[in-house]
Formats: sequence, C-alpha cells, structure tokens
Amino acid sequence: MPALFQKIFKTGLVTETLGPDDDEIIQLVHAVDQKTKHLLGRALAIRDVDAGSCNGCEIEITGLTSPVYDSERFGIHFVASPRHADLLLVTGPVTRNMEIPLRKTYEATPAPKLVVAVGDCAKTCGVFKGSYAVAGSVDKFVPVDVFVPGCPPEPADILRGILAALDRMPRK
Amino acid sequence: MNAYLLEIGQALLALLLAPGLVGFVRWLKARLQNRRGAPVWLPYFELRKLFGKEVVMSNNASWLFRVAPYIVFTSALAVTFLIPLLAAPLPFDNVGDLLVVVYLLLLGTFFLALAGLDPGTAFGGMGSSREMTVAALSEPTIALAIFGLALGAGSTNLGRIVTATLANPGVAISPGHLMAFAALFIVSLAETGRLPVDNPSTHLELTMIHEAMILEYSGRYLALIEWASWLKLVIFFTLLANLFIPWGLAATLTPVALAVAVLTLILKLVLLGLIVAVVETRIAKLRLFRVPELLGMSFVLALLAVTSSFLLK
Repeated sequence: MPALFQKIFKTGLVTETLGPDDDEIIQLVHAVDQKTKHLLGRALAIRDVDAGSCNGCEIEITGLTSPVYDSERFGIHFVASPRHADLLLVTGPVTRNMEIPLRKTYEATPAPKLVVAVGDCAKTCGVFKGSYAVAGSVDKFVPVDVFVPGCPPEPADILRGILAALDRMPRK
Repeated sequence: MNAYLLEIGQALLALLLAPGLVGFVRWLKARLQNRRGAPVWLPYFELRKLFGKEVVMSNNASWLFRVAPYIVFTSALAVTFLIPLLAAPLPFDNVGDLLVVVYLLLLGTFFLALAGLDPGTAFGGMGSSREMTVAALSEPTIALAIFGLALGAGSTNLGRIVTATLANPGVAISPGHLMAFAALFIVSLAETGRLPVDNPSTHLELTMIHEAMILEYSGRYLALIEWASWLKLVIFFTLLANLFIPWGLAATLTPVALAVAVLTLILKLVLLGLIVAVVETRIAKLRLFRVPELLGMSFVLALLAVTSSFLLK
C-alpha cells in the first residue's frame, strides 16, 4: 500500500493543458443560444451514442476521461442514461438499425440539449458511404451543433469540439 | 426560541455543505489519480443546471415516480433536524431518537427502490433489488452500532449520548466505542453508495446500485435525489464524527461556541472525506455476492461493541 501512494506522489499531475484549435478544424454549425450556454457551461453531462461507428472514435473518446486529457477539469463527465445527459456525442454513420434508437435517445434527453458529431463518418459517412446498411449522416436525423472531423479525431479535438459548443474554447 | 432557530440553521448548513463535501471527495480522488479534477464547487453548478432543465418522463411512470423524489429528499432533510450537527442537546431530541433517524433513512431508501421499479425498466428493477439487499443488511448494523453507545449513556436519545460522552471522555476510547465506530464506518460506505459496495462514478449498468434506480429521472427530480444522496453522506459523516468524537459541539448557544462548532464540523467532514478518498483509491469494488460478507462482518463488530459496552458498564 505505501508503494502505491509513493508512486502517486512521485508521478504528480499528468494532465496536459489544452491548447487552442490550430487549424480551425472544429466546425460549429450554429451558435448555441446564451441561455443554454449559461446553464450548461459549468457542468455538462455527456451520453455517448454509437450510431454505427467502427469503434475507432470510441477508443479516442475513452481517452477523454484519462488523466492526460481529463475532461472532468472542465466539469464534463459521462453519464449512463440519456435522461441525465445534456450533450449527445454521436459517432459513426447512422446505420439502418441505429436510426430509431438515435432518434429515441435524442427525444429522451431533456432540453436544453446539444449534439456533437464525432468523426468523418458522422458527417460524410466516410468509407461506409453507399453501403446498404447505412441510412445517412448524423445531421439527417438529429440537429447537430458541432462537427469534429478526423478519422478518428484526437481526444483533444473532441474536447475542443465540446468546448466550442459551450463557447469555452481556449484562447489563442 | 433560539434553539429552534439553531435547528433550522443546522438543516440549512447540512444542505449547503452536502454538495461541497461530495465535490471535495471527487477532487481528492482526481488528485490521487494524478488528474487535475473538477473544481470542488462543481456539484453546486450541477444542481443549478438540473433545476433549470426540462423533466422527461416515461409513459409508464405513475404518480409514485413523481412523488418519490420529494419523499426521498424530505426524509433526508428531516434527519438533519434530529442529529447533533452543531450543538447538543437539541430541542428536537425529544421528537425523535436513534430509531427515528434509522427508519427515516430507510423510508427514503424504500421509496427510491419503489421509484426504481415504477417505470418498469430492466435496470431500475435490478438496482432496486440490489439496494434493498444492501439496505436490509446494513440498516440493523447502524441501529446496533449506535446502541453500543446508547447502552453506556443509558438512552437512545442522540443528544443524551453526546452529553454522556462529553461528561466522561474516557469512554471515547473504550473497545465498545472503537468497534462501533468501525462498524458504522463500513455501513456508512454501503449506505451512501461508495466503494467497495457501490461505485459513485460508475456508468456500467451491471455494476450500478444507486445509479441504476435513478436512470429514469431527469431535471429537478434528479437534482432532488442527488442532493438527498449527498445529504446522506453528510448525515453519516456527522454521526461518525459527532457521536464518537463529540468535542467541538456547542454546549451553549453563544456565537463563539457556534462558530467553533461550525469550524470543527467542517474540519471533521474534511478529515472523513480524506479517509474515504484514500480508501476508494486503494480498494476495488467487491463482487456483489461478497458484499453480505463485508456487511455481516460490520454487524458482528456492532454486536461485539454492544456486548463489550454491556459487560464493561
């Protein structure tokens, strides 16, 4: 037991500071209204919806809660139910089987709510475009506030995307 | 009159301190994971956010689902009037003793379990069944552990127990008290949904207990239930701190004594929060079928505490 705590104290903080978005890759579709930003700005609960992704984006999303990216320092945490959520993090092209669950999840989330679409597939369907199993991009089914491009995007970019929706992007 | 004002004041203080205490434990745990962590006051923002959000309800939910959050919240709030947070004895000591405190807490748990069953989701029912299992095993231990103290004081009245310990400081390190403290500490972890019984930060449906019951709640209902569960943490920490180590409690209602009482209460809560954060960093969650063993052990400790205070009386 002392070894564990010795290691904890020797390691120190490993969280990296989040720099500004260099290449302006985060695409804010429309500005979020002031009231929502005020309400959700300090404490945000996220529900991750895998609408049919290859799980590449999910692996990067898992990185958000790691000590290095630590989304919790911005008051952002993941929850187990859409009823507790303020923001849906949608990944992948929407497959035919996930079309109704995605709509239902959106309906089950109490307003005010935001949607961040993560990955190239969410916007353009990526390599899955034209497949018989794919119903379309995320914005065809639910209103998207921010697109985070990348295949897969880095955890830092996903974090920037979420913060862009809340108007809390790090200053340049 | 002043004593009644104090009662209202201590209930308000418990309400205000509850989110801060949870935020502090979360922040400490984050630091122990080498993370920067959320600011200590984040739970206050969470409450504000939840009260400002819309309520989404299942079509299958009945009136019980709407009423349960208020019962859960008020039963926890009622307990804060009965326990010695700042001063002892209190005017409400005659309204309810130890047994009332234990069963008010159980009333909240009971309605929360019913609310988990009400919308008819699979996880809600699972959470309710688990919560009742844990509650059935831990509730007798709370009563029995405090009975260990009550035997020495000759009364189940919480105020009387505190004054008896203050009058005779030696009993605080008697084996009865020490074992009762250990028993109540283990049960506090179980009752407030912390490791190793439940994980407050879990999002895996198969490991949740408290979280599974409240999956269907949103908006202000969720805020009330969360606030009540944070209040429960303050209640258990206060029982641990002020029944076993009652020094710092105001014996007279002077401003100086009350200021000292508030400061010592915060200090005791911080210390207990530190212990919980370190324990949660060190240990893993117990397998569900091992939980009765842990709670059985705490029951035996409480029983030994009662026996030893009876024999040493």
